[in-house]
Amino acid sequence: MQREQPATTDSTMLEHDEGHQYLTFHLAGESYGVDILRVQEIKGWTPVTHVPNSPDYMLGVLNLRGEIIPIVDLRVRFGMVEAEYLPTTVVIVLRVNSRRGGRRTMGIVVDGVSDVLNIGEAEVRPTPDFGAVVNTEYISGLATVDQRMVMLIDIDRLLTSGDLTDESLAESAA
Amino acid sequence: MAHDLSEFLKTFYEESFEGLDVMESGLLNLAAGASDTELIHQIFRSAHSIKGGAATFGLTDVAAFTHLLETLLDQLREGQRQVAQELIDVLLAAGDVVREMLVANQANRPYDAERVKELEARLKGLLAGGSGITQTRSGALQTPVSASVAGWSIQFRPHSHFFLTGNDPVRIFRELADLGELEAVPESTALPTLTELDPEASYLSWQLSLRGEIPRTAIDEVFAWVEGDCDLTISPLGEAVVVPADTALEAPSLPLSSAGKEPIGKGGGETRQRGGDHGSIRVNIEKIDSIINLVGELVITQSMLSTLGESFDMDKIQSLRDGLVQLERNTRELQEEVMRMRMLPISAVFHRFPRMVHDLSTQLGKEAELEMYGENTELDKTLVEKITDPLVHLVRNSLDHGIELPADRLAAGKSAHGTVTLNAYHKSGNIIIEVKDDGRGLDSERILQKAIRRGLVPPDATPSREQIYDLLFLPGFSTAEKVSDVSGRGVGMDVVRRNIQSVNGSVEISSTLGKGSLFTVRLPLTLAILDGQTVQVGEESYIVPLVSISESIQVKRNMVSHVASRGEAFHWRGEYLPIIRLAQVFGIHSRARELSEGLLVVVEGDGRYVGLFVDDLLGQQQVVIKSMEVNYKRVHGISGATILGDGSVALILDVPSLVRMAAGHHEGGRELHAANF
Repeated sequence: MQREQPATTDSTMLEHDEGHQYLTFHLAGESYGVDILRVQEIKGWTPVTHVPNSPDYMLGVLNLRGEIIPIVDLRVRFGMVEAEYLPTTVVIVLRVNSRRGGRRTMGIVVDGVSDVLNIGEAEVRPTPDFGAVVNTEYISGLATVDQRMVMLIDIDRLLTSGDLTDESLAESAA
Repeated sequence: MAHDLSEFLKTFYEESFEGLDVMESGLLNLAAGASDTELIHQIFRSAHSIKGGAATFGLTDVAAFTHLLETLLDQLREGQRQVAQELIDVLLAAGDVVREMLVANQANRPYDAERVKELEARLKGLLAGGSGITQTRSGALQTPVSASVAGWSIQFRPHSHFFLTGNDPVRIFRELADLGELEAVPESTALPTLTELDPEASYLSWQLSLRGEIPRTAIDEVFAWVEGDCDLTISPLGEAVVVPADTALEAPSLPLSSAGKEPIGKGGGETRQRGGDHGSIRVNIEKIDSIINLVGELVITQSMLSTLGESFDMDKIQSLRDGLVQLERNTRELQEEVMRMRMLPISAVFHRFPRMVHDLSTQLGKEAELEMYGENTELDKTLVEKITDPLVHLVRNSLDHGIELPADRLAAGKSAHGTVTLNAYHKSGNIIIEVKDDGRGLDSERILQKAIRRGLVPPDATPSREQIYDLLFLPGFSTAEKVSDVSGRGVGMDVVRRNIQSVNGSVEISSTLGKGSLFTVRLPLTLAILDGQTVQVGEESYIVPLVSISESIQVKRNMVSHVASRGEAFHWRGEYLPIIRLAQVFGIHSRARELSEGLLVVVEGDGRYVGLFVDDLLGQQQVVIKSMEVNYKRVHGISGATILGDGSVALILDVPSLVRMAAGHHEGGRELHAANF
C-alpha cells in the first residue's frame, strides 16, 4: 500500500475532459498505460498462493479483503526476462470486463507505477507491428508524452485471453 | 389516489400465484380422497380473489376465465356437484391456464389463446352438461341454506386502511342492495376532528339491515373481498329465524376479521416457497431478531476490546484474553445464525412433486401415490436450487420405470396402487434425501449382461451388486439401446450424478428385484463452510475436506507396489489403492521424495479410495469456501480457495476430481470400475 500517491496526484487534470486519464507504469524500462477508471487500487507486492496447472505468467491468487483474485506477472506475460521483485514492485488491481459481460477483479505485477497522464484521443496512434518482445495484440495504441512513448494496454483483451478464463479456452489455441 | 398501482399489481401477482398454489395442492388433496368442506372453500376463495384482483387490474380475460372456474367451484361448494377425477383434472388444467395467463400478462407477452379457448370450452361443457350428480347430497344440507330468512343484520366496520386496499363501501352496499332491501345506518363516533383527519383513512362503520330471502352465502360473497380488512358480524334479523345448523360449516368462519388471506396449506410452509426461485429469500423474522441480538453483543465486545486497547499494559492480558474468547463466541454464533438464514425447508423442492406424480401417473396409465416425509428438513438455498432437477429426474424415473402398470402389479401380488416415497433427514452433517418406490426393482443380472455386451465390464468379472448399479450412472448407459424392461434408468442418470456431485454430494442405489428401488442422495449441509484438514506439500498448504478423509497412514516400503510402470499402489485393508503424489500432479516441489518420508492421506471420492501423498499434516479447521471462478477459472483438482488465519490463501482440494484423475492415470478412463471388480 506504500505507493498510493500516483493514483491520486494531478487532480487538476480532471479539468481537461478530452481523452482519458491513464495510469502509467514501467516494465523492463518501457512505459505502459492502463485506463485509470479500471484501476481499483495499487498495493505492494506480497507473496501469492500458487495455483497448480496454470500458465507460468499466472503467479497465483491473493486475498484482497476476502476476495480471491488472480495475479498475473506482466513481465512474464510479455515474454520479458523474469525480473526480480524490488521494493518498487507493485500489484495494480484492475477491474476487467470479460467477454460474456461479467466483471472480474485481477491484479498485474509491474516494476513500478510512475504517473497519471491525461492523453487526448488525438494523441493516440495506432500500433505499428513491432515484431518486438511485445505481442501487439494487446496494445490498443501508442502515445507520446514528454518525448516518452507510452503503450496503452487493452486490459480486457489481455486478461481474458489465453488460459486465464474458462471462456477463452477454445481461442487460446489460436 | 396517489398510490402507484404497479406496486399493488406486484402484490396481486404474488398473491395470485400463491393462491394458485393453494388451489393446486387443495385439488390434489381432494383427488386423494379428502372431502373436506374447508378444503373446497379454500380452493374457492383462491379462485375468487384471483378473479376479483384480475378484474380490478383490468385483466378482463383472466377474470372471465377465472369466473368459469369459480362457478364450477361454487357448485362444488354448494354440494351440487361431486368430486370426480375428471372434474379435478379439468380444474387443475384450468389452474395452469390461469397461471400461464398471469405469467404472460406479467411479462407482457401473449399467451397460448388456443389452450385458453380449449379449456374454456371444457369448463363450459362441464357447467352445461348435467351439473354432475346434482342434489345427491342430503336434503338436510340443502334446506338450511335455502331456508328463507327474513333478513340479515350486518355490522360492518372497515379497518382504517380500507380504502388503501382499493375497496369502497359504496360498491359493497350497492351489491347488497341488489340482493334485497338495504338500510344502512352509519356510525361516525370514530371520526376525528378535521385537523386530525387523514383523508385516505376510513373512520366510519355501518349497521346494515338487509331484508329479503337471501341466502347467507350471497352475503358472504359480497364481503369475501374485504375479509381481513374489516370487522364483520352477520346475524339474522330478529330472533324468529332459526340459524341454519351448518352455517358455520358452510360460511367462512366469523367474524371475518381474521387474516383470511393466509393460506392454511397442509404442508405448513409449503405455500410460501414460490418466491424461492430467484435472488430473494424470505426469512423468518425470528431469525433476523436473533441476528440483531448477536450483532448487539458483538458491538459490546468490540467496544470493550477497544477500550482495553486504548490503555493497554501487560496487567490486562487476562481481560484481553477473555475479550477475545467472547469475540470468538460471538463470531461463531453470528456465523451460525447467518448460515441458518440461508436455510430453506426442503418442501421448497418437494412441493412440486404431488402435481408431477399426479400428472405423470395419469399420463402413464399408472396408479401411484406420493408420500413425503421430513419436508421441514432445512438445507442451504443454493442446494435447494441445485438439487431440484436431479430429484425431479429421480421421481420421474421411479414412476416411469419403477412403478408397474396396475395389471402387472396385481399379477405380481401387489396392490394396484404404487407408492413413491420421498424422505429427507439429517444424518451426521449431511442431508439425506431418499426416493423410494415399491415398483419392479432393478434386475442386476440384466444390467450386467448389457454392460458386458457393451464392453464396459470384462465378461469374467463378478462385480458386487452395488458396482452393477453404479454402471447405471455411466453416460448413455441405457440411452443407446432401448431396453426398457431392464430398467432404462440410465437415461440421464449420469447427469443426475454429475449435478449432485457438483455440490459435493453423492447418490447411491439399492434395490430388490420385484420389491422396489431406493435412491439415496447425500448432500453436505451447506456449501459455504467445510471442515478441513490442512496438509503441506513443499511450500504450499492445501485443504482436504475432512468428510472425504478415511485415515492418514505412514507407509512402509513393503506396502507399496508398482503397477506395471503406470503408477504406485499400496495395500490398504485388503485392497490396492492408487497413490497420487500431489506434488507431481500439481507440478510443485515436495520435501518428501520417498513415500516413507511423508504421509498418505486415504481419501474417498465417488465411492473409490486413493492415497494422497503429502509431506505433512498441519491442523484441522473450519474454512469458508471462496470461489476461484469469480475472478479466475475452474482449476482441475481444486474445488475452491479459502483464507487462512494469517490472511494468506489456501486452495481446497477437489477430492472426487483427483480420484477421477487417478483413474485416468492408472486405468485409462472410467474402466476403473471394471478393474476394481
